[in-house]
Amino acid sequence: MSTNILEMRKITKTFPGVKALEDVELNVIDGEIHGICGENGAGKSTLMKVLSGVYPHGTYTGDIVFKGETVQFHSINESEAKGIVIIHQELALVPYLSVAENIFLGNERRGRSGMIDWNRTNHEAMALMAEVGLDENPLTPVGQLGVGKQQLIEIAKALSKEVQLLILDEPTSALNDADSAHLLGLLRKLKERGIGSIMISHKLNEIEQIADRTTILRDGHTIETIDMGEPGSSQDRIIKGMVGRELESRFPKRDHAIGEEVLRVENWTVHHPAQAGRIVVERANFKVHAGEVVGIAGVMGAGRTELAMSVFGRSYGTGISGEIYKRGELIKVRDVAEAIGHGLAYATEDRKKYGLNLIQDIRTNISAASLGKLSTRGWIDGNKELAVAQEYRETLNIKTPSVMQTTGNLSGGNQQKVVLSKWIYSDADVLILDEPTRGIDVGAKYEIYTIINKLVAEGKAVVIISSELPELLGTCDRIYTLAFGRMTGEMPVAEATPEGLMELMTQERDSKKMTQDKEVQS
Amino acid sequence: MMAGTANLRELATRNIRTSGIYIAFVLIIAFFAFLTDGTLLNATNVTNIILQYSYILILAIGMVIVIIAGHIDLSVGSLVGLTGAVSAVLVIKNGQPWWVGVIAAVVIGCVAGAWQGFWVAFVGIPAFITTLAGMLLFRGLALLVLGNISLSPFPEPYTNIAAGFQNGLLGGKGFDLFTIVIFAIAVVGYGFSAYRSRANRRSYNQPVAALPLFILRLLAIAAVVMWFAWQLAHARGLPNVLILLAFLVLVYTLVTTRSVFGRHVYAIGGNLSAAMLSGVKVRWVNFGIMLNMGLLSGVAGVVYSARMSGAQPSAGNMFELDAIAACFIGGAAVTGGVGRVTGAIVGGLIMAVMSNGMSLMGIDQSIQAVVKGLVLLLAVAFDVYNKRRAGAR
Repeated sequence: MSTNILEMRKITKTFPGVKALEDVELNVIDGEIHGICGENGAGKSTLMKVLSGVYPHGTYTGDIVFKGETVQFHSINESEAKGIVIIHQELALVPYLSVAENIFLGNERRGRSGMIDWNRTNHEAMALMAEVGLDENPLTPVGQLGVGKQQLIEIAKALSKEVQLLILDEPTSALNDADSAHLLGLLRKLKERGIGSIMISHKLNEIEQIADRTTILRDGHTIETIDMGEPGSSQDRIIKGMVGRELESRFPKRDHAIGEEVLRVENWTVHHPAQAGRIVVERANFKVHAGEVVGIAGVMGAGRTELAMSVFGRSYGTGISGEIYKRGELIKVRDVAEAIGHGLAYATEDRKKYGLNLIQDIRTNISAASLGKLSTRGWIDGNKELAVAQEYRETLNIKTPSVMQTTGNLSGGNQQKVVLSKWIYSDADVLILDEPTRGIDVGAKYEIYTIINKLVAEGKAVVIISSELPELLGTCDRIYTLAFGRMTGEMPVAEATPEGLMELMTQERDSKKMTQDKEVQS
Repeated sequence: MMAGTANLRELATRNIRTSGIYIAFVLIIAFFAFLTDGTLLNATNVTNIILQYSYILILAIGMVIVIIAGHIDLSVGSLVGLTGAVSAVLVIKNGQPWWVGVIAAVVIGCVAGAWQGFWVAFVGIPAFITTLAGMLLFRGLALLVLGNISLSPFPEPYTNIAAGFQNGLLGGKGFDLFTIVIFAIAVVGYGFSAYRSRANRRSYNQPVAALPLFILRLLAIAAVVMWFAWQLAHARGLPNVLILLAFLVLVYTLVTTRSVFGRHVYAIGGNLSAAMLSGVKVRWVNFGIMLNMGLLSGVAGVVYSARMSGAQPSAGNMFELDAIAACFIGGAAVTGGVGRVTGAIVGGLIMAVMSNGMSLMGIDQSIQAVVKGLVLLLAVAFDVYNKRRAGAR
């Protein structure tokens, strides 16, 4: 008979003015993979912080029973000692230390003298790396490895602590499909060895694939725990539980009225800023029309962000060559200010790092790219600025008591709306949106798509960069594929299929060279 | 929607970070007033505090902008020495009129600021290193200009900049009416602008303090300021340097809160990458910040040399540390992006009141340094603690 390894009973956690969790129940059966789904702000991360001792015992009410024994954690160290290891969305690795050093960080393998035993460290690291399927030299600095491999190192680190219950917070959000598949395979392998895991994810198809049972949270309450083996436990059922309503469609409908060409980029080549001679984008061409949504599909590292940022005022790369045409006229875009002046906007894939000033309020962030419009002779009109922020709060439905709220306190979806407000207010005609719905919940995604539809209805041109194919298929008029820095295909959305796009996105250099040569000849 | 008014408690918690410093300031004044049997607050002493620390406050105004942008400037003390030295050579040694010295000092300050701005903004050398080099460089140049000797005294018009007073312009009966009138105008002006900005905020549905609380606060500020004016009027009148300081505080408060340049400074300090991708010309803003610091160092150089009525090779030694400490005590964040001109001024005044109070009590310099060091540490610790508490959710 299956027994519960973990029972969280009637967990209630309040912050000043907010009840983040109320009587939440979570039962995890020994050795199962348990999914947790919920919109942003539903309380998933809070619940995991309660479990791992980030919020020490006494700051919440309710009981945690781990392996039949009531536990009271006061810090992460105490929960890890019991075998509960949490892997956060933002990886906690030191980039300049080696793989082996990272695996045993804080848990160093020492010799008798008390000094670190390097032979033992590297030897054990290799064993752990083999377990997670990571084929690298244990002496390689972690910073040189991709995100997917770093994720595996985190898991190896957890294994070194003799983990009994692994908690993963959005483990695949930054991974490409191949790395995600590998990670999910690894979780299954660990399950066979009896190590269960809790997986928080917005990617419902992954939850559907891998979870034995799934608990849905909404607004700090447990909605239900679904047995994924049962018939009818589809993604739609999870979505319904998460949002409390049935989304008739995940993508809002829109009228397609495509106008004249607004932006055309030709022969665009970009070199890596640090590694001389390395070409990141090679002779890329794309164009976008008024009222059109164009998608750029590519896996991570294909050069999507690099292409967009280099077009946006050369904010990435060196040795950039190529032409940019705005409404048929050749324009010069030497820096970001010029790009904004020409009506370009770029909303970054990493809003916390590149998009927002998190310690400033919403108002200041919305006006950040348009201070020229709000000022006369260098002095800002504070009243007008406030009025603009209020207006965008209402039209884009930014959920906040006040526009004077610090953006760092907002949920992902609302932060993204602030970023969009900023660029819409900058009067851009062409908006390049890099992963516009990354890390935000289903309900907010729908709102973002609605905003995009409104923009194109007003005659703006939108370019969406995304690694989620359903998103591109659901929102775009036309899709380009990018692989290894080259445009490998272009098609209207009616002709696109996920399989066909994926094939073009993974097309290697040689075969592609042939098609390009053919294009040149024809 | 949080329309209408916020209550006292909400206001207090929301502003703990900024208002905490004012409360601390009042407590420190009360503490030393008590220990010195009121001598701290007597008319002559209040005037002295202003005269003695004016140049640190001027430096703190520039420094807080540097710190908000996430930089630091270690060279300002040496630059105060250099600009004062150039002025002294021109006025005392070469017999030029006093205003030539003033202009030369300010121009040298700007040139030095532009020099550092070039390295920081366009070459990309961290400000810590650039200004560490500047600290040595400007000190060396000061010694060179002075030929290793002190020069004094400055003629009267020059020393009046720092040691002169406006007194008796409207006559007086045992006190200076002019001082009282100027302060009264300032208080009324402040009250009016505070009321207008409150009304504005209300019209945009932003939370404001309840009316009785608002009036109470205005009255408290008015009472303190008018008491201060009364003290000055009973001593020697309105110090020239206070007029200069008030002007700079007003101008730089506006620059940091209302100008595009000021906004860009906060943007750079808050998130450099986001600022760049929003079209902020980061290099030019950084250049402007360092240039401005040079300018204010030149002004401080004039005030200090005027107060000393001469230039010494070691003039301005360690001023940078007082200015930096003033900013951090005044609530600027070590990581950049946060800080206020008024905060830096209050931070500087806290240091001033402590030094003055301890000197009045006859406490040794060595103990004074220990106490000041601990206060700086505690002030930043308080800030870090607050941030952690705010970030706990």
